[in-house]
Amino acid sequence: MSRGTGIVTDRVSWGVRDQVIVDGVSLAVAPGATVGLLGPNGSGKSSLLRLLAGLRPTTTGCVLLDGADISTLTRRVVARRLAVVDQESVTDADPTVRDVIALGRLPHRAPWSPESARDRTVVQEASVAMRTDHLLERRYASLSGGERQRVQIARALAQEPSELLLDEPTNHLDVRHQLELLELVVAAPTTTVMALHDLNLATSYCDEVVVLSGGRVVEAGPPQEVITEEVVHRVYGVRARVEQDEQGVHVRFLRS
Amino acid sequence: MRIRSRSAAVLAPAAVAALVLSIAVGTTIGPSDLGTRDALAVMLARLGGPDSGLSALREGIIWDLRLPRAVLAAICGAGLALCGVVLQSLLRNPLADPFVLGVSSGASTGAVLVVLTGVGAGAVGLAGGAFIGAVVAFGLVLLLAHLTGGSTDRMILAGVAATQLFAALTSFIVYTAADAEQTRGVLFWLLGSLSTASWTDVAVCGSVVAVGVAVCLAAAGTLDAFTFGQDAAASLGVPVARVRLVLLLVTALMTAVIVSTSGAIGFVGLVLPHAARAVVGSRHRVLVPTAALLGAVFLVWVEIGSRVVIAPQELPIGVGTALVGVPAFVLLLLRRRQQGVS
Repeated sequence: MSRGTGIVTDRVSWGVRDQVIVDGVSLAVAPGATVGLLGPNGSGKSSLLRLLAGLRPTTTGCVLLDGADISTLTRRVVARRLAVVDQESVTDADPTVRDVIALGRLPHRAPWSPESARDRTVVQEASVAMRTDHLLERRYASLSGGERQRVQIARALAQEPSELLLDEPTNHLDVRHQLELLELVVAAPTTTVMALHDLNLATSYCDEVVVLSGGRVVEAGPPQEVITEEVVHRVYGVRARVEQDEQGVHVRFLRS
Repeated sequence: MRIRSRSAAVLAPAAVAALVLSIAVGTTIGPSDLGTRDALAVMLARLGGPDSGLSALREGIIWDLRLPRAVLAAICGAGLALCGVVLQSLLRNPLADPFVLGVSSGASTGAVLVVLTGVGAGAVGLAGGAFIGAVVAFGLVLLLAHLTGGSTDRMILAGVAATQLFAALTSFIVYTAADAEQTRGVLFWLLGSLSTASWTDVAVCGSVVAVGVAVCLAAAGTLDAFTFGQDAAASLGVPVARVRLVLLLVTALMTAVIVSTSGAIGFVGLVLPHAARAVVGSRHRVLVPTAALLGAVFLVWVEIGSRVVIAPQELPIGVGTALVGVPAFVLLLLRRRQQGVS
């Protein structure tokens, strides 16, 4: 099968009751790219991710996966090619890390069939890719925030997706763990769409960024073109100095 | 140390053997002086072997009284523990048990209505009334949950509301209609009792629980997918709304049938799933059969205990499960607190 068009949205909107949360968003995510969703709290980043994953029905517009309307695909078909990692994943059950990563194999297994040798190989590889292989027998509940996030991404990779959707994966992590995590994410062989808060992380790791405000796309393009002093002021309402050097673009916020 | 799937191959036959042994012990205990040898002789005779040499009456005590009781205890224990596993996973609530969605409360109202006021007594009897009450209560919970948005929290709140409503209705009927003798009989049944167990009960409960076990085993992976909630399950390929409805209906049906034949036996469905998880971990492929077997063995022994403790009188079996279950539950909560899980 030839590589398709990946995720494309056409004037997608979604809301609860009469409140519009995502408002006419049209996107085309290039296969293989790492795309950052930026925007202030409540700008619709998480909601847009849920729409891209087909977890919420759109009010108007549609989300296309390789040209097929995602709402017409079964959950299982979607889960075999698109994986989602939430901001925070908690559970009352007390699974091991291996149990959690193995969840990623569910969409590939028939109801009665046991874990295959291939399932175990994929779980092992995903855990190595996210540097969680030394944690496999540990309890998920006993891990640090950064470790849990890596385990969840390993679970997502075990789904063998062509698209990976991440909702603020660096939330609650210290600087070193933020950088480590994003290095591993961009090294993964998937198209990646992630909501991010940190503009500097977005400029360092994303090929493209989409800036949302009030549920609408206000800017989109390569980070060095999109993230400007004017845009930061207009969207976040703060003044910043944006500098460019051989390392890329840096945003420094100014005290008001 | 947890037992992983490799040792499950050893564990499974051992657990089945323990269950058979427990049921066998159950048939040797009782007021009539009939021991292991008699029980064995009767079973051999009934399965086509040589004559047991016992009178028809004494043979009947073993074959028609003690054995169905022990087998029904095993079936009910398995079914209740299984329902607990499924509901705790689906509703993502460690406190969920088979009665959390109002089923037992509705069954009580139905049973009391039939027994005390005689509504439809000839047509349906106590078990039938209980079953209808259970179905009505569960239907009400589904409707309430649907009208309020269908989230798992709403489901639990709807269950609590229905439980309270039907408990109040039961009290109202008992208070206005019953004489002392009838009340005592109903209360005994409400607390759970296997004393009227018959082979018909065994057949009905057994087939429903067998179907339940099969469905839950088929859905083991799906139940795993709910570990991190409904959205996570959906993103792992589960058609959440449909799966949830089917599994809720299956557990409600199992619970309704069990409650109709043996009353509301508490704590098995709450505590045994946690015990099973502590032994084999949280993967449902292993957890589902383990919980069912543990529940079966547990209830067989509680049933034996309930006949022995204040012999020749009998304790309602629900009292026994609560007496064992509550301390176990407290231990569980303490352990969770030590782990820092709120």
